[in-house]
Amino acid sequence: MNVRDNLLYTKTHEWLLFQEDGQATLGITDYAQSELGDIIFVDVPDVGDTIESEESLGSIESVKAVSDMELPFSVTITEFNDALQDAPQSVNSSPYDDGWIMKIKVSEDVKNDLLTPDQYKELIGS
Amino acid sequence: MENKAIQSQGKQGLILEEPFLFEQSLPDSIGVVLPESEVDEIDIESALPSALIRKDIPQFPMLSEQQVVRHFTRLSTWNYSVDGGFYPLGSCTMKYNPKLNEVVANMSGFADIHPYLPDEKVQGILSILWDLEQYLQEISGLDAVSLQPAAGSHGELLGILLMRNYHKQNGDSHRNTILVTASAHGTNPSSAAMGGYKVKSLPILSNGLTNLQALQESMTEEIAGLMITNPSTCGLFEADIVAICKIVHEKGGLVYFDGANMNALLGKARPGDMGADILHFNTHKTFATPHGGGGPGAGPIAVVAKLKPYLPTPHIVKTNESFKLEYNVDQSIGKVRSFYGNIGVLLRAYTYIRTLGASGLEEVAENAVLNARYLAHKLQDTFHMPFTTPCMHEVLLTDEKQTEQGITTMDIAKALLDEGFHPPTVYFPLVVKAAMLIEPTETESKQTIDLFIAALHKIIKQDHNVLASLPTKTKVKRVDEVSASRTPCYTWYC
Repeated sequence: MNVRDNLLYTKTHEWLLFQEDGQATLGITDYAQSELGDIIFVDVPDVGDTIESEESLGSIESVKAVSDMELPFSVTITEFNDALQDAPQSVNSSPYDDGWIMKIKVSEDVKNDLLTPDQYKELIGS
Repeated sequence: MENKAIQSQGKQGLILEEPFLFEQSLPDSIGVVLPESEVDEIDIESALPSALIRKDIPQFPMLSEQQVVRHFTRLSTWNYSVDGGFYPLGSCTMKYNPKLNEVVANMSGFADIHPYLPDEKVQGILSILWDLEQYLQEISGLDAVSLQPAAGSHGELLGILLMRNYHKQNGDSHRNTILVTASAHGTNPSSAAMGGYKVKSLPILSNGLTNLQALQESMTEEIAGLMITNPSTCGLFEADIVAICKIVHEKGGLVYFDGANMNALLGKARPGDMGADILHFNTHKTFATPHGGGGPGAGPIAVVAKLKPYLPTPHIVKTNESFKLEYNVDQSIGKVRSFYGNIGVLLRAYTYIRTLGASGLEEVAENAVLNARYLAHKLQDTFHMPFTTPCMHEVLLTDEKQTEQGITTMDIAKALLDEGFHPPTVYFPLVVKAAMLIEPTETESKQTIDLFIAALHKIIKQDHNVLASLPTKTKVKRVDEVSASRTPCYTWYC
């Protein structure tokens, strides 16, 4: 299972890539996409929405199930990957690149609430 | 001697191809002959503004009456129903409905009652509904019943509205969240949200039961109540239900007990005795009324005495030996459905209860659990069972033991079609991976269950490449669910 060293992770299988401008890119991990199976729809809130900690950041629907994305801290959504509307399969084929889901505004100090690549590897037993 | 009757399954018959009506259209075919008009034609251009006049005639199919009749008759033969065969959908309780219920519900004295008849003209049906309320109180161990909700989900919503009203009356409106166990029915969180509450999921333990410690920690001042399904969608009885209710009550919350699986408890145990405050019945699962098809349904709810004044109107009131519908109830939350509820469905539930009686209902629960445990016993060596707690009325399996062979839950489900069986519920509940939830129900014979078990054993001995190509005997072969979901086609011509 692919776990990238330049990312931080959540216990609920999201990944975050922090940028220098106080934004981060968010997606779901390779492990998450393989557990979900073929993804058919990605549903997201509106740009500009502020989502509280552990509240739904949108949902990912696969042929087997619908599951919510969430983070252990509050964030504001700044951008979505519009390409996913027509090609949700990118989340399966390229979870860390083409399959990124959204960009969020977030403060640096939340990094402590996230898992390092090693911690995440331990979580999924890889 | 071999019983042929029960083995006549899984063969192909005269299953005909059936194109869309649009594709069957023949120019100038017509199904009805209209009489000559008795009024003079007027010029449409002079009667309507031109913007409202259609320029093109819609492409309606042109068909004879016989074409239309054959089309829908053929389509009807593609339906699968519990009257046609075993239907082991876990969580759905697809049990057989005795036809006596239909006879009673269709008696003209019931079926032709006008909803605006005055109470004194409908004493018969009112006395039956009143009796049904008494039976449901006795079965649930609760103090009052409303027959008004038109579906189980409607009963859930009503229960939540009662809960909200109860807290409001107590000056407790700050309670804004409802806890829902992870093994509850999927409708529970939706009902809580529809009722205006936030939803918080409560995790289960590795034995499949509710986590008491997590409940204790989650029971804060914001919590209005707990929604719990018992037996749960894992098919397990919440053995700590009394302690669970106590924790919720100590913090001022109410317990909503989803009664969808009451067929496992009938006459054996009563939710009211366990501490439930509100319960809904799904009459089609617990008793025997029509399943699915978009209704009509019935989802009566039972409540503890302190919630009785809030029940929706009308209340059926008995004075001396006569009955009336009381609409003036001060504290009632109001109406949730027109007239007295879905009487046709309620009559079927009443008939079922009266036919079986108390001892018969107890046997329903015994057979529901016995059939499921027999299945579990016969399958436990072959399939992975995520929980060791003995099951109630349904069996939860996964494909974990078949993973190495490359066989998935989906393959097994599809292969069952070729064996002549409707597949069980798959990939639900979500608390386990690749679930198969099998509910034989109390109405199936040992012979049918044995055939189903044999089919499962046969399927997993096959090569996974073969399984991946199944079903081959059905009219429609393996469908491409991914493409169907990603690029759905909603029109006949796409």
